[in-house]
Amino acid sequence: MSVGFVMLVHTALDRAAQVARHWASRDCPVVIHADKRVSTKRFRAFMESLSDLDNIRFTNRHRCEWGTWSLVAATQEVSTVMLREFPDVRHVYFASGSCMPLRPADELKDYLKQRPNTDFIESVTIEDVPWTVGGLDHERFTLRFPFSWKRHRFLFDRYVQLQRALRIRRKIPDRIDPHMGSQWWCLTRQTLSALLEDPERATYDRYFKQVWIPDESYFQTLVRLYSRQIESRSLTLSKFDFQGKPHIFYDDHLQLLRRSDCFVARKIWPHANRLYETFLSNNRASMAGSEPSPEKIDRVFAQAVDRRTRGRSGLTMQSRFPNEGWENGQTAAPYSVFQGFNCLFTDFEQWLTRRTGTRVHGNLFDPRRAQFAGNEAIYNGALSDCAALRDYDCQAFLISLIWSTRGERQSFQFGPADTQDISWFLAKDSNAQINVISGAWALPLFHSNRNFSEIRKEAARLQKREGEHLNVLRSPYTKARVRIWTLADFVHDPMSNLQEILDEAGPRSARRLTEVPQMIDMTGFGQFLQNLKNQGMKPVLMGDFPASNEVMPAPAIPAKPYLVR
Amino acid sequence: MRAFRKRRELRSVVNRTSAIRSNDILIFSTMRNERARLEYFLRYYRDLGVNHFLMVDNASDDGSREYLRDQRDVSLWTTGASYKRSRFGVDWLNWLQMRYGHGHWTLTVDPDEFFVYPFCDTRPMRALTDWLDASSIKSFGAMLLDMYPKGTIDAVPYSPGQNPFEIASWFDSSNYTIRKNRLYGNLWVQGGPRARAFFSDVPERAPALNKIPLVKWHRSYAFVSSTHMLLPRGLNQVYDEWGGEKASGCLLHAKFLDTFAHKSAEELTRGQHYANSHEYRAYHDVLQDNPSFWCKWSEKYINWRQLEILGLMSKGNWA
Repeated sequence: MSVGFVMLVHTALDRAAQVARHWASRDCPVVIHADKRVSTKRFRAFMESLSDLDNIRFTNRHRCEWGTWSLVAATQEVSTVMLREFPDVRHVYFASGSCMPLRPADELKDYLKQRPNTDFIESVTIEDVPWTVGGLDHERFTLRFPFSWKRHRFLFDRYVQLQRALRIRRKIPDRIDPHMGSQWWCLTRQTLSALLEDPERATYDRYFKQVWIPDESYFQTLVRLYSRQIESRSLTLSKFDFQGKPHIFYDDHLQLLRRSDCFVARKIWPHANRLYETFLSNNRASMAGSEPSPEKIDRVFAQAVDRRTRGRSGLTMQSRFPNEGWENGQTAAPYSVFQGFNCLFTDFEQWLTRRTGTRVHGNLFDPRRAQFAGNEAIYNGALSDCAALRDYDCQAFLISLIWSTRGERQSFQFGPADTQDISWFLAKDSNAQINVISGAWALPLFHSNRNFSEIRKEAARLQKREGEHLNVLRSPYTKARVRIWTLADFVHDPMSNLQEILDEAGPRSARRLTEVPQMIDMTGFGQFLQNLKNQGMKPVLMGDFPASNEVMPAPAIPAKPYLVR
Repeated sequence: MRAFRKRRELRSVVNRTSAIRSNDILIFSTMRNERARLEYFLRYYRDLGVNHFLMVDNASDDGSREYLRDQRDVSLWTTGASYKRSRFGVDWLNWLQMRYGHGHWTLTVDPDEFFVYPFCDTRPMRALTDWLDASSIKSFGAMLLDMYPKGTIDAVPYSPGQNPFEIASWFDSSNYTIRKNRLYGNLWVQGGPRARAFFSDVPERAPALNKIPLVKWHRSYAFVSSTHMLLPRGLNQVYDEWGGEKASGCLLHAKFLDTFAHKSAEELTRGQHYANSHEYRAYHDVLQDNPSFWCKWSEKYINWRQLEILGLMSKGNWA
């Protein structure tokens, strides 16, 4: 007889009884405190169901409320009974009705036998506690908390505010150095009895009665006064979510719990039949000798907290609809926007596909229809190319596209003739890589077979729209990576400009440029611009093109030394 | 208040509500001529651990009423009154919920809606409601996910008792739009195959897909319009606005089976649906050419984990 369990139970008494029976019948005495709120009838039945075991005791019942002294009082009482009634017990293990043993009792006994003077209790100084929820850490010990947080939240909050305003501080008793930690401990008889029999205990009790959540600090603090050897960790596996509420284990956690090698876990869902059947049965594979390693299952629960607090970036859905600025990534992955490139180069899209291996779309925001890669009518995620559907919510359109093509980089063309509603969204999206050759829209006009007055009108319209878009891209709110060339600048040295863009797009394009897209014929473009000017429209976005004749670069012969190799 | 007035329209066929125990999970549902679907509907939800069904029959004449009357866990009311004027059944259900739902977890679904939630293949609905209770959450959102078959809608006939998703096993994964309803604080989700096929020229009229079917009912609660939104407003806050994800599920919608063409013609003549039945008018027009929703980007339904990975629902912090 080396370890005894003290249990606090308040619901699911049938499960608590099962667990108590499991321990008691394996020669581990159990002392149980049942909450006062359990009806007398149910408590009787509970006692009755365990009456055949002579090493189970029940204490007087108190009404216990979360976060209050009553829990500590109940714990003191069961511990006292345990020490008094079972003098052979060396370690006292504190558990609740929703705890469950994961490893055979004999393994726990052996483990404790090898560490006869060790107290297992998580006990961390309050400066180092990262897990407190609600903002109260140090103040737990310096303010008074006479009101229930669960039932009188309003009074609780007001009273805290009042004390802060009046700068009321309680004096922490001598010798007390506040520590906190999980309430599920396992202490030696020496430590526990020293704590319970200390002549100063009344002082400490009086102090802790008005501390906030004393069940997480009373034993954790006082044990520092008496213990010979503290292992600051809990033998009970217990995971907390972002609100400080314990995670619950279900049948599908079976393998996870097995792998944890912990001795006890909580909380177990009372209807998790398979867990109870498996872990309370006699014939379990032994994990003898292995140290408990709760970190094996940390990942799952850390992920849950992360999902709840940060979510998946670039996802909007029925239960994640972030306010502006809280998206944690407006879209799911980086993508590229090319403006003017398909006006300057005749085969730009095909070339870019070949060079980068990314998915290259046409003008996704074309007013007639979204030009998906491969000219598809419906694309990834069953997105329709219908312009009305797209324009109904163009941000959702782009977010959906990027979300549903995760893992494959997307590029698309954009231009002043397209629907411009997406402009701000692109600018603010840090995933967007935007490359603009301003004024390139004039080239298709230059080559078109339209009346010049029409061309002039269209040129004025496009210039105005592109100007507005460029202003957006240059605004201080822009988070996208933006490159803007004037047409004149770009054609001056297209190779190195293209190289620069590709270098950014990914490893596949890290090789030198060996093949350039076919540039459109620009002979006479200067004169064309001059004609526009003569008609009273001032083309400004394309940079300087001398009206006379030609400054065409020769893209076939790479000029940059590193391109030659 | 409306519901209270409309209660007289309901006539009890069989009332087994005395069998409801204090922590039972209840289903509330209205239906009309759904005999073929009922068998699988009841089985599906019994398997999830629903304890009692409270159903309103809106003048069925295909034997649905007789079938339901003989089920031991069903309480049935019937009415011949106007579906439209009871705000599409909401008034009737609100009354029944006020009367019988108080203090229970209630799931309000149509007979063609099948609730899917995180871990639904390993944990019964009780696990979900216990967790919601422990987290002090009172309502749980589940988006309506339209399911459709590969090929034309009427290619494969549905036989009673069959899992409808053996036929209609496809869905759209990522073409939904969301806006926020400032008045009630709920999200308004649209899109999916219906928007794509029926409403491509008038997307704003595409049906709402946001639903809040699972609610820990209090007698002061009320559905405002179908299960899309509730009062008080706080119950509509089933989404996170600060970047995180709340837990949510999906309602798999088995509407698009071979029964659909017949049903939409019938509903059109009855004129009992929302906004002058424009939805059914749109269906009817397109259905003339017997369309197929399926495209090569349609996803085939596997399980809830697939929906969670695709971002249609979320585990939130339930692990």
